[in-house]
Parts: sequence; structure tokens; C-alpha cells
Amino acid sequence: MTDKSEVRTALYGQTLIAGLWRENPVFRLLLGMCPTLAVTAAVKPALTMGCCVIFVLLCSNIIVSLMRNLLKPHLRILMFTLTIATFVTIADLFLKAFVPEMSETLGPYVPLIIVNCIIICRAEACASKNGLIISVIDALGMGVGFTLTLCVLAGVRELLATGAIFEIQILALLKEGGWFVPWAAMGMPVGAFITLGLMLGLVNVITKKDA
Amino acid sequence: MDTLNILLIGFISIVVVKNLVFTKFLGICPYLGVSGRIDMAFGMGMAVTFVVTLSGTLTWMIDNWVLMKLGLEVTRYVCFILVIAGAVQLVEMYLRKFFPSLYESFGIFLPLITTNCAILGLCLFLNLWNINSLLEAVVVSFGAGIGFTMAICIMAGIRENLNMADVPKCLKGAPITLITAGILALAFMGFAGMIR
Repeated sequence: MTDKSEVRTALYGQTLIAGLWRENPVFRLLLGMCPTLAVTAAVKPALTMGCCVIFVLLCSNIIVSLMRNLLKPHLRILMFTLTIATFVTIADLFLKAFVPEMSETLGPYVPLIIVNCIIICRAEACASKNGLIISVIDALGMGVGFTLTLCVLAGVRELLATGAIFEIQILALLKEGGWFVPWAAMGMPVGAFITLGLMLGLVNVITKKDA
Repeated sequence: MDTLNILLIGFISIVVVKNLVFTKFLGICPYLGVSGRIDMAFGMGMAVTFVVTLSGTLTWMIDNWVLMKLGLEVTRYVCFILVIAGAVQLVEMYLRKFFPSLYESFGIFLPLITTNCAILGLCLFLNLWNINSLLEAVVVSFGAGIGFTMAICIMAGIRENLNMADVPKCLKGAPITLITAGILALAFMGFAGMIR
């Protein structure tokens, strides 16, 4: 009995870790690129976006896992999408009601969570095949992994674009008597593409060393 | 004359100035996935153009004539995704019947157009930019498709040459593609400010 529960705990742990690093949605699976690039000009919107994704991923994984035995194969993608669309609507209305200025900044990228490949991929690859607990843990791992990635990317970009992280000034700006000249390009689309490209390269170097 | 002017400016602005791929980061997944060969990139661009024009027009009509009249804006996202899924299904059946070879080479990417953010994104932007005539909605949707096709074809052309370039080992594949996309986005920033 204890043997069985130990095996199960190990499996849960593995699922959690997989989302954080080994199968990190952005770095390893290259999923969910548009929000990754679009909302990472600063840490705050990136964090909000990450939380929305965790919420939607968690809820949709729970629902999909509960109804996995009722699904007809050819209708399942449609059902996934509808489930996800419902939860995204909830998240969007929540943001509009409680943090309207953040909702303004994120703009259409919150509804675009519907077509974020991470969520559909997890519904298809994990929740529709596994029980409730595994699905929840998988959603948490993937969601947190995604959020962390967003925050790292946004941190680098915000630091270089404005000399601040989380709107707290870290590098003294030249025009205020310091030394740092902000890289305007980092806040623009160019910065997003190039930073992510270089980061993927870095991840490749690190994992090569591990192997 | 005035209407024509608005339409023309709307079209040019969505193709080069507000290009969905380079300024809004929409449709990055197929942009990275299918841009390996130029003929496939072009086919993909055409399929997306068709779907985006169809679904942009339909969602605009549903949004303005049904949902807003009845006060059902809450169900907007669910309706939009249903329309898009239907349009993609249509394209898939059409291609399978008339262009089986093209259909084969697309593989998984064809159903994935449903989850192409460029399409849902455009439908949402039509609402956000306060586009208030049907004709303008059609032209802008079509322009978005053309802009996407242009971006993916330029990328495919560059990547065909990139195959022969000496790229550092850790940057091979996706990283160098992203960096190239960054430089392309830089080039397209030159168009910013051309209109308004």
C-alpha cells in the first residue's frame, strides 16, 4: 500500500517538474508564442497574463478531465475550445471589473488565450487521458512554468528598455544623472523577437551541458 | 471618393503599417512552423487569407447585427470561435476534394488554422478599432490575410537561404528564426507613422 502511494507521489512530482523545466511550454515545446512576445514589455502585464493562463488552464483541465469519458473523438476539439472560451470570458470580465487599467494594457491578448496552443495541447495530451489529480497538477506545473518564463523574459526586456523592474528603478538613467541609456528597441516588437531568440539559444546551450 | 480613400488607407495600413505578424505578434506559430519552404508558405498564406476574410466578415456581421442588438456581448468569444472553426472546416473539405496534394503537405497545420491567433485576433481588432461599415470590415480582413501571406513568404525566402548559412550550433532552428523575425520587424518599423 505504501509502495503504491510512493510511486504515485513520485509521478505527481515528475508531472509538476516536467511543466517547469523539462517540458517548459515556451522554451521546450515552443507553444503559446504570441502572448509570450506580446505582453512581455513589462513584468506587471506579464504576471497578470500568467495568472489568467493558470486560471484558465486549471479550470479547463478539470472540466475536460471530468468529461473525458463522455467525449466523442471527432467532437472533442470543439468541446475543448468551447470550454476554454467560457473560462476565458470569465477571466476577461473579471479583469475588466477589478483591474480595468490592466485589462486596457493587455487588450485583445486576454481573449486570445482561447487560441493559445498551450491550453488546447494540455487538454488533448493530458487532461483527456488522465484522472483529475494528474490533470490539476499538470495544469499547475505548466501554468507556473509559463508564468515564470514570461516574467523572466519581461524582466530582461523591462530592465533594458526602462532601467526598471516592476516599475522600480534599478539602473540610474542618464537623463537623471546616472549612466544608463535606455534601449528603446527592447520595448518594441524587435526586442521581443530577439530576446526570445537569444534565450532559446541559451536554453539549448544549458541543456546540451546537462545531457 | 471619400469611401474609397478610407478603404485604401485601411488596406495599406493593415498590410504594412499594422502588420499582424510584426507589430501584433499574431500568427507566430504557423509563421515559425510552416515557413520552411516557400511554396508551402504561400499555400498556407492563401488558406489563412481565405479563412480570415470569411470569418472576419461573418463575425463582424454577427457582432454588429445580432449580438449588440440583443445585448449578448458576453457570448462574443464563444460565437467567434465557432464561426472560425466552421470556416476552417469548409476550407479543409474544399482542399481535400480539389487539391489533395496540397492537403497532404499541410498535414496538422490545416486544422490548426482554427487556433491561429491571427484570425481570432483580427476578429477582435475589428471590434476594437471601431470599424463601422461592412465593406471596410471585408477590406481590412482581406488585407490582414495578405499581410500575413507577405510576412510568411518573406520569412520562407530568408529561411531557404539560411539553410546554407553558418549558424552557431545552439541557435540553429527556432532561435535563429526568431532573431531573423526580429530584424524583419525592425525593417517593418520603418512603415510606422506612414499613416497617422
